Amino acid sequence: MANQIDSRIPEGPLAEKWTNYKAHQKLVNPANKRKLDIIVVGTGLAGASAAASLGEMGFHVINFCIQDSPRRAHSIAAQGGINAAKNYQNDGDSVYRLFYDTIKGGDYRAREANVYRLAEVSANIIDQCVAQGVPFAREYGGMLANRSFGGVQVCRTFYAKGQTGQQLLLGAYSSLMKEVNNGTVELHTRTEVEDIVVIDGRCRGVIAKNLVTGKLERYGAHAVCLATGGYGNTYFLSTNAMGCNCTAAVQAYRKGAYFANPCFVQIHPTCIPVHGDKQSKLTLMSESLRNDGRIWVPKNLEDAKKLQRGEIKGRDIPEEDRDYYLERRYPAFGNLVPRDVASRAAKERTDAGYGVNNTGLAVFLDFSEAFQRLGRKRVDERYGNLFDMYQEITDVDPHENPMMIFPAIHYTMGGLWVDYELQTSIKGLFALGECNFSDHGANRLGASALMQGLSDGYFVIPYTMQNYLSDQIQVPHIDTKAPEFDAAEKAVQAEIDRIYNIKGDESVDHIHKKLYHIMWDYVGMARNEAGLKKALAMLKDIRKEFNEHVRIPGDKEGLNVELDKAIHLRDFITMGELIAYDALERKESCGGHFREESQTEEGEAKRDDENFMYVACWQYQGSDEVAPTLLKEPLDYQYIKVQVRNYKK
Amino acid sequence: MDTNISFTLKVWRQKGPNEKGHFDTFEMKDIPGDTSFLEMLDILNEQLIEDGKEPFVFDHDCREGICGMCSLYINGHPHGPAQGATTCQLYMRRFHDGDVITVEPWRSAAFPVIRDCMVDRSAFDKIIAAGGYTSVRTGQAQDANAILIPKDAADEAMDCATCIGCGACVAACKNGSAMLFVSSKVSQLALLPQGRPEAAKRAKAMVMKMEELGFGNCTNTRACEAECPKNESIANIARLNREFIKAKLAD
Amino acid sequence: MWLINSPIGRKVVMSVTGICLILFLTFHCCMNVAAFFSASAYNTVCEFLGSNWYAVLGTLGLAFLAVCHIVYAFILTAQNRRARGDERYAVTDRRPEVSWASQNMLVLGLIILIGLFLHLYNFWGHMMFAELAGVSVAHDPADGFAWIQDTFANPVFSILYLVWLCAIWFHLSHGFWSAMQTLGFSGKIWLKRWQMIGIVYVTVLMGVFAFLILSFWLGFAPSYSSAL
Repeated sequence: MANQIDSRIPEGPLAEKWTNYKAHQKLVNPANKRKLDIIVVGTGLAGASAAASLGEMGFHVINFCIQDSPRRAHSIAAQGGINAAKNYQNDGDSVYRLFYDTIKGGDYRAREANVYRLAEVSANIIDQCVAQGVPFAREYGGMLANRSFGGVQVCRTFYAKGQTGQQLLLGAYSSLMKEVNNGTVELHTRTEVEDIVVIDGRCRGVIAKNLVTGKLERYGAHAVCLATGGYGNTYFLSTNAMGCNCTAAVQAYRKGAYFANPCFVQIHPTCIPVHGDKQSKLTLMSESLRNDGRIWVPKNLEDAKKLQRGEIKGRDIPEEDRDYYLERRYPAFGNLVPRDVASRAAKERTDAGYGVNNTGLAVFLDFSEAFQRLGRKRVDERYGNLFDMYQEITDVDPHENPMMIFPAIHYTMGGLWVDYELQTSIKGLFALGECNFSDHGANRLGASALMQGLSDGYFVIPYTMQNYLSDQIQVPHIDTKAPEFDAAEKAVQAEIDRIYNIKGDESVDHIHKKLYHIMWDYVGMARNEAGLKKALAMLKDIRKEFNEHVRIPGDKEGLNVELDKAIHLRDFITMGELIAYDALERKESCGGHFREESQTEEGEAKRDDENFMYVACWQYQGSDEVAPTLLKEPLDYQYIKVQVRNYKK
Repeated sequence: MDTNISFTLKVWRQKGPNEKGHFDTFEMKDIPGDTSFLEMLDILNEQLIEDGKEPFVFDHDCREGICGMCSLYINGHPHGPAQGATTCQLYMRRFHDGDVITVEPWRSAAFPVIRDCMVDRSAFDKIIAAGGYTSVRTGQAQDANAILIPKDAADEAMDCATCIGCGACVAACKNGSAMLFVSSKVSQLALLPQGRPEAAKRAKAMVMKMEELGFGNCTNTRACEAECPKNESIANIARLNREFIKAKLAD
Repeated sequence: MWLINSPIGRKVVMSVTGICLILFLTFHCCMNVAAFFSASAYNTVCEFLGSNWYAVLGTLGLAFLAVCHIVYAFILTAQNRRARGDERYAVTDRRPEVSWASQNMLVLGLIILIGLFLHLYNFWGHMMFAELAGVSVAHDPADGFAWIQDTFANPVFSILYLVWLCAIWFHLSHGFWSAMQTLGFSGKIWLKRWQMIGIVYVTVLMGVFAFLILSFWLGFAPSYSSAL
């Protein structure tokens, strides 16, 4: 399928595709399952649930995570909740409505059949998690409680305090550990996959680095699943964990897997602003704050200047001199516009010089009106823990002074291209969760990431994997002494040697911070052709700088954190280029991707369905120095009427 | 506005589990109060790398207090002087100009040091593997609302489930006991009807695994509770004792 | 055998033996109160608990409980020290929520043990033991009251006994609720209740003992003058 993208969508009406698929797919009988090995990379929601389910079915699963325990994967940090079309609130929710909301929220850039399947299995996820002992919030009658989330008209989000991701991950983790105990899953912690091994066109294993001993290890399997998360850390400062990286995914891309829609990056509007150049990561404040908080900047530039110099505080500015710009621009949705819209509006104001902190990169999120309307006690009941967290970090009491927020990189909708079976363009290599280009199109709705990760891991891959493996039962355990393994390991070792031996004069973080500035300034919230071209040129320089100046202290053998970070950075630079190439190519504004050339007279995003209604699939051309080529998978909407997203009326 | 502080930093350096460790002392100058403790260590490491020395190794990941990876024993407390917070949620404004800040790893026989302040906590995974789950097959669960669960029980289970598995309880305990960790998981599942069928088996298996892995005996000093970044209560330990004794008496 | 193999089982043994010893203390206290009012009443009790078979049996049982409690204490402490690892923290700091007694139960226990030897020498050795062994001593072995007068007339013994009571108070201030916690009769609310009950109970118990010692030392017990 060289230049042709085949998404392998099953035949039949939308609502019956998945049922039909399951009815007609090929299965592997129990006696053969234990002869088949499957590698799962990552132990987040998608990885842990996939490893646990596949192990339980009887396959022999080899599972890797980079942390000291599978329970620490970054899915744990998701706060808000998980969507499911249960209609427990009797408010008219249905599978179709969840499907529709997801497609629309994704600005019509997701595949219909995949999204419908996601909506279809969403209800089972809740059943599964409750059975695992996930303590979802409940009503006094003992039924499950729901909350509403941005961009939809029903109440379908299940939650466990502000720690839904944690609870779902611990549920999946416990199932995983059950299988580890049963001996079906072989778990390797503090182990990072550095490359995949392809034999005769099929993915047959990985080269992994034991992060404690520093040794490279070979693992063979009949199929490999990557569930390694997104590439948000390309931007250095993001809400991702410090260890999140895209090395395995980029290596798969280098080995021939298509990378889809890399420019679709979600920027979250309510993060605590950057406070200095020593900062290592950004902290997210729950989106729920926008329910009662009002976002504003000063109307007068002089006031903004005084705020930036620290001469006055937010509360000193009288009501009539405040510009509630979201309420002004989007009267219908006000402060509750989708994430991408809110983020861009903040950027527009701060670019114009109205930023309210010393760096000029922050806007106010003010609760004074809510305190008056509801009383301090009731507001604290809702957001007290968030206020405390904010005060601990910034030393500012949100009761006294408005909070300051600014957008930050949060989630990446793009990822490895997969077909309906979650198989990448390399046979036998699957991608799950945030790692694949997913079901979120150009923008992800709140509380849908958890849903997608668990859907892929619990309910999709256990079926589609069998369909792939059914004709592999004759294949013996993969021999890791094969020449392909030799070559792959040698290549990884050569790269490690090369990076270690640069012995330059700049630390990894130092170069990564430079990458951050390029990415954030030119490939961030608003992009234009000149900027993207400039960024691509600068990224080449960054690679050169990395190749000549990076310094790795310590020993090459054994544990070396800086060496591992350097490997990640090598791939972040490649990823940064990929984002820039894709952003340059997509000359429309859509979801998380905003091209300044493509906006309406009022400055709103303008989609171009005629020319860009496709999934952009990027194919590696043999070297990081060579531009990748673009393949297109056209999107054909048969069940949904494509409309313009409008949050003004 | 936060002021800058200067202080003496003593950090534990140890090459490997069987090597002899020692403290390295550094003078930290003009660190802004709004720097997080881990960012302060980042600054130290940048300096060390610049000087061509090996950076100080410690575990950290999410840096928002939920993953449980960070694990530093600071001035006599796991996760430092702040209560109800992890190391990554600790800010330098908690300290004063001229302070001596001592950073040590979790010290427990069951948590051997890997390098510097990075320790091996895989014992916790083994305890969970011994029984910290419900045996439910994927895709075979009944409807989520089929069993009603009183809000109080669900809320209490949620509090127990908040444990992040960081190991501060073991680090704080003079007996190196993992009872708060084990009891939080046992309690979460014991409080929910879904966890009841395996409750007795679970309590026995997890407690015996804890014993096998070399954790100590609980003497109810409450140090674990006082240091837990997620405020887990020793009421969980009482519940675990109850579950365990009941299970053993029923045998 | 879970009372030996499991951490909770071992603690159950500590708790049960500990509670039994507290009950014994209560009984002991009641008995001593008799001495405050009347020498003859006290001696009647002493006679009853002299070298009779049931009293000897009871003493052996009590000794068994005490030995179990002590042996287990050493086993637990040894295990706990091993669990702590070879390296100690360079800096330690105790939170106010952590009581001093809870971290020093073994030390307190050792002080109590030393006091116990003294106590056994002063009374049991001169009474039941003397009777059983047929050794002749200064007073009639059944004249417990005389032994009380003798012992507490000596201020050194009185002060040692008061120190001993302090150690027991600290030991039990933690031991009582800790036993309830270990046996699982505790929770968020009952923890506080047991702590309060424990403190009140132990304070009353030790208070009575201390009062009796003072009354004999300073000689204001009603029975004291009547006996002279």
